[in-house]
Amino acid sequence: MKDKYKLKLLAVLMVLLSIANVLWGSLDIPIKDVWQILCGNEIEGHPAWSIIVLQGRVPQMLTALLTGTALGTCGLLLQTAFRNPLAGPSILGIDSGANLGVAIVLLLLGGTASIGSLTIGGHLLVVVAAMVGALTIMALLMLLSRLLRSQVMLLITGVIISYVTGSVIQLLNYSATEQGVHSFVIWGMGNFASVGIERLPIFCTLSCIGLLLALLLIKPLDALLLGDRYAENLGIRIGRVRQMLLLVTGLLTATTTAFCGPISFIGLAVPHLARLTLGTSYHRMLMPATMLIGANLALACNLLSTLPRDGSIIPISVITPLIGAPVVLHVILKNKAS
Amino acid sequence: MIELHNLTVGYGTKAILSDINQVLKAGQLVCLLGANGVGKSTILRTLAGFQPPLWGEVLIDGRNLSSLTLAERSKAVSVVLTERVEVPYMKVVDLVGMGRSPYTGFFGKLSEEDKDIVSEAIEMVGISSLAERTIDTLSDGERQKALLAKALAQQTPIILLDEPTAFLDFHAKVSTLRLMLRLAHETNKTIFLSTHDVEMAIQLSDELWIVQEKNISTGTTASLTESGILERFLKGEGISFDDKELTLKIR
Repeated sequence: MKDKYKLKLLAVLMVLLSIANVLWGSLDIPIKDVWQILCGNEIEGHPAWSIIVLQGRVPQMLTALLTGTALGTCGLLLQTAFRNPLAGPSILGIDSGANLGVAIVLLLLGGTASIGSLTIGGHLLVVVAAMVGALTIMALLMLLSRLLRSQVMLLITGVIISYVTGSVIQLLNYSATEQGVHSFVIWGMGNFASVGIERLPIFCTLSCIGLLLALLLIKPLDALLLGDRYAENLGIRIGRVRQMLLLVTGLLTATTTAFCGPISFIGLAVPHLARLTLGTSYHRMLMPATMLIGANLALACNLLSTLPRDGSIIPISVITPLIGAPVVLHVILKNKAS
Repeated sequence: MIELHNLTVGYGTKAILSDINQVLKAGQLVCLLGANGVGKSTILRTLAGFQPPLWGEVLIDGRNLSSLTLAERSKAVSVVLTERVEVPYMKVVDLVGMGRSPYTGFFGKLSEEDKDIVSEAIEMVGISSLAERTIDTLSDGERQKALLAKALAQQTPIILLDEPTAFLDFHAKVSTLRLMLRLAHETNKTIFLSTHDVEMAIQLSDELWIVQEKNISTGTTASLTESGILERFLKGEGISFDDKELTLKIR
């Protein structure tokens, strides 16, 4: 019952942070005017404020919320699947896969691709490319996880994947146009604002599908904590669950990476914060907690990113390691102690 | 009861033990003895359904193991494996509660009845005082008992254990084996385990399975002593077996 109380508290915090994200931005708009805009009124003499609040801050808040939720969930799924406390979408190189996909689109193809008479371009292509990249790496890892039982080897594999994709991206940079490099660098900084009002529906749909699928995995994930053999003996279809894990983590990592750029450490750190908060290993409690903490952390990061208060923002990928790295250090030191 | 009919176990096309015809009776503790690499784990894995038999069949209470669905199998056979279970923040009650998975609903929530079964299982192995402790704070012996309680909570007629006494200190080995002997008799389950603790196994089991030279010999300690099979298995440089006292002497 105490844990349910904590979950409720986290939900309240999420609502407060969401409101804060709409009230404060990189531009100073008086709170009572923001409220007026949200109620559907225009502010005399400041027509741009309506656009900033309704088409900027609100979608950005929703994007941050969903991205944090998705990345935290991904981290939890991966940590349980590989039974490794240091697993996460960025450590295992899954988001490098998404990166590479995006790099190929932005740097090599100049943002559009044609398959026969069908030409797709812009964000949709970026999403598809990120998805293909993420799923490829995820499939590779799943394949290796059977061969490489050792978790150290798995992490080394992730690091190698990141190096290899990194070099390929560097190579692509040479041959790319100046504009292509520019858009790739901007994308790589991580930004919750890049989804915007027009792409919000597709972003929300894809993330919510991934999150709902993740919720379906709660019981098998609990059993997987004991290892594959124990889980199988408890009646869990290991093969099918692994395929689902592949699909869900691929979808969630690809969606967030494609729309918001690579955002490191949230996926790795959030599940640990959830475990520390609840002190449980049960996914029935851990997964909702991870989702809420992920959302809260991302909302807080988004709020911090507007700190310069001169209209500019700090890139998200600068802030998340500052929060995530101490958590990771804590985990390593704690494991060493026991 | 498990019946093995013309069972051949192994991997791929490589048979490790062939043509096994044996029965494991309910209410008995049976210890599987043999040197490393003779196929003890392979037999256990085949009986647990982790790998298919190369030939022949395994009948569990008259039903063919290969024809059981995963869900049916999880209610027929439970296992305790050699791999270490290390999960941060997992309490003993949580671990034992995992044994209820075959019976719980979609999200795995335990009903009041499940919780009663879990605490009963914890009580049977005698670690009620540890129920709320996390498993990383347990000694190896206590952890083994918690895993045994998980298997009990799974409510299967058969429990298979792969070297459950390995890594335990002397007293924990004795208390774990005595516990399993008592449980087999009290609950009428078939408890089948592999072990290298020969001297304890010959004193604390209803039946022994001895694997040597690609052959399985079974029987009570007394009958295997009488036929000389036990002595042949135990004999080695510097080891002699006292068949009156059922003890080993090492010089």
